[in-house]
Amino acid sequence: MDFGFSLSPSSAVNLDTVDLSLFRKVEARCPDIRTCIGCGSCSATCMASAWSGMSVRQVILALQRGQLRQVEQKLSACMLCGKCTMVCPRGINTRNLILAVSREFKKEEAQ
Amino acid sequence: MIYQGKQKIWSDYQKEIPDDHWFYVRSCIRQNFFPASEAHFVKIVKDVLGKDLYETEHHTTCGGIAYHSDTIPQETAMTIVARQFALMTEAGYKNLVASCITSFGNYTEILETWREFPELEVRIRENLWKACRREFEKPEYVCHASDVIYKLRNEIAEKATVRLVNHETGEPLRVVEHIGCHYSKMFPHKGVGGAEYPCVLSGMVESWGGKVIDYPERRHCCGFGFRQYLVKANRGYSVSNTHKKFESMEPYHPDMIITNCPGCPYFLDRWQYVIAEQTGKTYGQNGYGIPALTYEELAGLVLGYDPWDLGLQVHQVASEPLLDKLGIAYDPAKKYLGLNEKEIMKPGLPQVLKCC
Ligand code: SF4
Ligand code: SF4
Repeated sequence: MDFGFSLSPSSAVNLDTVDLSLFRKVEARCPDIRTCIGCGSCSATCMASAWSGMSVRQVILALQRGQLRQVEQKLSACMLCGKCTMVCPRGINTRNLILAVSREFKKEEAQ
Repeated sequence: MIYQGKQKIWSDYQKEIPDDHWFYVRSCIRQNFFPASEAHFVKIVKDVLGKDLYETEHHTTCGGIAYHSDTIPQETAMTIVARQFALMTEAGYKNLVASCITSFGNYTEILETWREFPELEVRIRENLWKACRREFEKPEYVCHASDVIYKLRNEIAEKATVRLVNHETGEPLRVVEHIGCHYSKMFPHKGVGGAEYPCVLSGMVESWGGKVIDYPERRHCCGFGFRQYLVKANRGYSVSNTHKKFESMEPYHPDMIITNCPGCPYFLDRWQYVIAEQTGKTYGQNGYGIPALTYEELAGLVLGYDPWDLGLQVHQVASEPLLDKLGIAYDPAKKYLGLNEKEIMKPGLPQVLKCC
């Protein structure tokens, strides 16, 4: 029946059903990803962030939510300068983490 | 945490609700959506529990819907509300009880605005005097009718003939509660339990024997959202909100929903039909929906009122499966007979959502 309006796709994230395969692979390479507290210091320091929207915090969140397109889109703006690694209060090697994610994407592309 | 410490923190979330002597203001939309709810509130409070509740036929809309839909300015709504206060003052009451959550939010917002901007209150007093030669005192307490039922919940439980228990299995009924956004999201300290732990409805459910079910989108809006619904082109936003809530509560298999706002039971009830037509999905058992009841309807059920006198036949979702679970007797032949035993007309049956 046409009501003249319809449902929009939901933005709800169901953590029981999201695809965590990429997160698990990155976690295997970089176990310190588990210690992120989402403080955003990395994003605040990132020089690419202001013009590109790059944010390590958001990349980690998107990985945890299985939102792979967002991960790929954000990572493409990273310059690998490593400033985010210097400020992380949890001592996460964020540069290494970014490389780990990129390697997983590369592997998938090659397959 | 030590027990006393917990008590102290919890006491900050409490709201003072007067025991008796209320001036009752009805809702314009609730009387159309759920016509028997307010009548039963009055019956329960006055006749069953013997309290003093006064209402006057001179009361009008509070202007809240028009204000939230951006069709009147707040000063107009304030002058309308000032007139209700004048009616209360003339009747000699100090405790205002609003039936509608939007009214409750409107009254509270106006009183808070006057507290911040006293010059506005002076101007509204002038407006009222020019318009109808009336003066008013501000209420000492503004409550929502669900606050009153919450306050009286144990007295209702003592007189209850039905418990919220599945009479076949003996298990407590699984109840989802939905607090209207205007109840405690605007002014958290004006609601029982504040915005974080609102317990006005869960308190009723627990004292009447049911089990409150938590689910991820419990505090999400019902979908009414005024402009989301009132402009037809925007209704997709409204139904999508409601859909999100149903998708979230579905895995917890609720037996029913209890609500305290006019919009919430309406949209949680009627949108189940629209969602079923659009997606083919229903959320209750065996193709039925999940009944969404007002707190007065639920109080009426536990006190043994006839479901058709409570107006459950005007709900979109069939209430019979719920009545069967509770072991409440009903006469299907009388479903569409009005109070005077005259046919009130039968609705057409939907294609997907099963209705009795
Ligand atoms: S390494 Fe990448 S994400 Fe980190 S600060 Fe540099 S550009 Fe930003
Ligand atoms: S600075 Fe470290 S802890 Fe903070 S959000 Fe970035 S990665 Fe996570």
